[in-house]
Amino acid sequence: MALSILLVFCFLANISLGSVYIPLNEVFNSLLGNSTQQETWQHIIQNYRLPKAMTAILVGSGLGISGLLMQTLFRNPLAGPFVLGISSGASLGVALVILGSSIFGGVFALFLISKWSIVIAASLGSFLVLLAVLMVSLKVRDTMAILIIGLMFASITSAIVSVLSYFGSAQQLQQYIFWGFGSLGNLSWDELGIFFIIYCLGLIISLASVKSLNTMLLGENYAKSLGLNIKRSRFAIIMATSLLAGTITAFAGPIAFIGLAIPHLTRQVFNTSNHKILLPAVFLFGAIVMLICDSIAQVPNSDYTLPINAITSLVGAPVVIWLLVRKRKMVF
Amino acid sequence: MEKDNQHIILKTKDLAIGYASKKERTVIASHINIELCKGELVGLVGVNGVGKSTLLRTLTNVQNGLSGDILINDKNIKHYTALDLAKVLSLVLTEQLMSKNLSVFEIVALGRQPYTNWVGNLSENDISIINTALTQTNVWDLKHKRCFEISDGQLQKVMIARALAQDTDLIILDEPTTHLDIYHKVSTLKLLQKLAKETNKTILFSSHEIDLAIQLCDRLIVMTPNHVVSDMPCNLITKGVFDSLFPEDLIAFDEKTGSFRVKK
Repeated sequence: MALSILLVFCFLANISLGSVYIPLNEVFNSLLGNSTQQETWQHIIQNYRLPKAMTAILVGSGLGISGLLMQTLFRNPLAGPFVLGISSGASLGVALVILGSSIFGGVFALFLISKWSIVIAASLGSFLVLLAVLMVSLKVRDTMAILIIGLMFASITSAIVSVLSYFGSAQQLQQYIFWGFGSLGNLSWDELGIFFIIYCLGLIISLASVKSLNTMLLGENYAKSLGLNIKRSRFAIIMATSLLAGTITAFAGPIAFIGLAIPHLTRQVFNTSNHKILLPAVFLFGAIVMLICDSIAQVPNSDYTLPINAITSLVGAPVVIWLLVRKRKMVF
Repeated sequence: MEKDNQHIILKTKDLAIGYASKKERTVIASHINIELCKGELVGLVGVNGVGKSTLLRTLTNVQNGLSGDILINDKNIKHYTALDLAKVLSLVLTEQLMSKNLSVFEIVALGRQPYTNWVGNLSENDISIINTALTQTNVWDLKHKRCFEISDGQLQKVMIARALAQDTDLIILDEPTTHLDIYHKVSTLKLLQKLAKETNKTILFSSHEIDLAIQLCDRLIVMTPNHVVSDMPCNLITKGVFDSLFPEDLIAFDEKTGSFRVKK
């Protein structure tokens, strides 16, 4: 409950802070559809800050939830949304578009490097990797094997990206690296709409998996003896993660850390492993942390925007370390 | 046999167990005909590697038998859906729990999974069954403790409580007494004996504690490389089954005490 209030506060503060400071009451006015003192504020909020704050909520909560799903599925506290190679798939797609244009020339040169082409490339890349992992997950009995196969896919794609970067020009490399920083802004309402629909699909599947996730806490053999269809639950969980993490990477870049850290943060704070509590708590924590990180990244009252990917780790890692040291006992 | 009036829970017909691949069939044991009745405590004993785990895995439908049938409540195990099987057969395994952060109550509550709705909400009936299971296994006082806070012996009882909460006619335990000291071995087996009597459930467990099993079980299944015998412990002793259980160079079975002695 307290968390929900905190979320609303962070949401408003995030909109209010930025290169131009907009007072909180003016933010309220604008959100309620009233006119604001200055017309530019209205414009900034509706076309820039509001979509960005909403993106932050979707990204933070989505990554947190997919991280939670992966950690439970793989019984591994180091798992995160990207263990299945989703972000590496997306990176490969983007690298091919940005860096590959010099190698393959012709076709790609015509294909302007617009934002949409990057989104499409990232989706396509993560979709292909996901497809491969899903096929494997239906064949393989051992869940751990899927984890290793995911890591192998990541190695292959990062190797290809290395080769591409070797041939890329300095300008292209910079463009690729900037994509890697991650970005919550730049999303139009149309894009946000598509993002939201896919996100909701992933969220619904996650919610429907709560019972199987709890059963899996006993271990796979016990889960089976309780009548759980392991393959089907595993498929659903991987599907949910792919939808969430895949679209997030496509629209906001490979944002690290949140997916790994938020589930730990939540488990430490709530001291439970019950997914009925964890799932909503991770949703709220993820969204709050992302909003705070984004507010910091904007560097209030300045023209700088720091890479969000760096901020999430800079802010989040000390918090998790502090929690683990203070409690002296990892909850998993 | 004079148990016509007793209800048979599990029955195997000419069961053969082992592993089959495309190229070859490895038969571990064949012609297994056993019948387990309601309310019986049954021990499964045999030398290491003779196929106790394979038999248990086959009886619990984790792996397929090579030939023959397994009937649970007169219905072939192959005709059960996973969920229906979970309502007649529960397990206690040797594997470690994935999360030791669950509370004792939560672990036992997970035994109700086959009966709960899609989010796993517990009804009042579920909760009263869980509480009964906690009381019957003497772990009621621990119910708010987390699993990393309790001892191995206590955890074993909690896992038994979880199986009880699953409310099945048959409970199968894989070596429930390993890692426990002699006192807790006895206390676990005594608990199983009490539960079989009180709840009228059939309890089958594999164990290396042959002398304890002889003293406590209603029936023993003895596996040797050549055959699988199932009978009452005293009959098995008279038949001299235990003499041939192990190679005879180191230990011998003493019929008077019902235990094994080291040869001097």
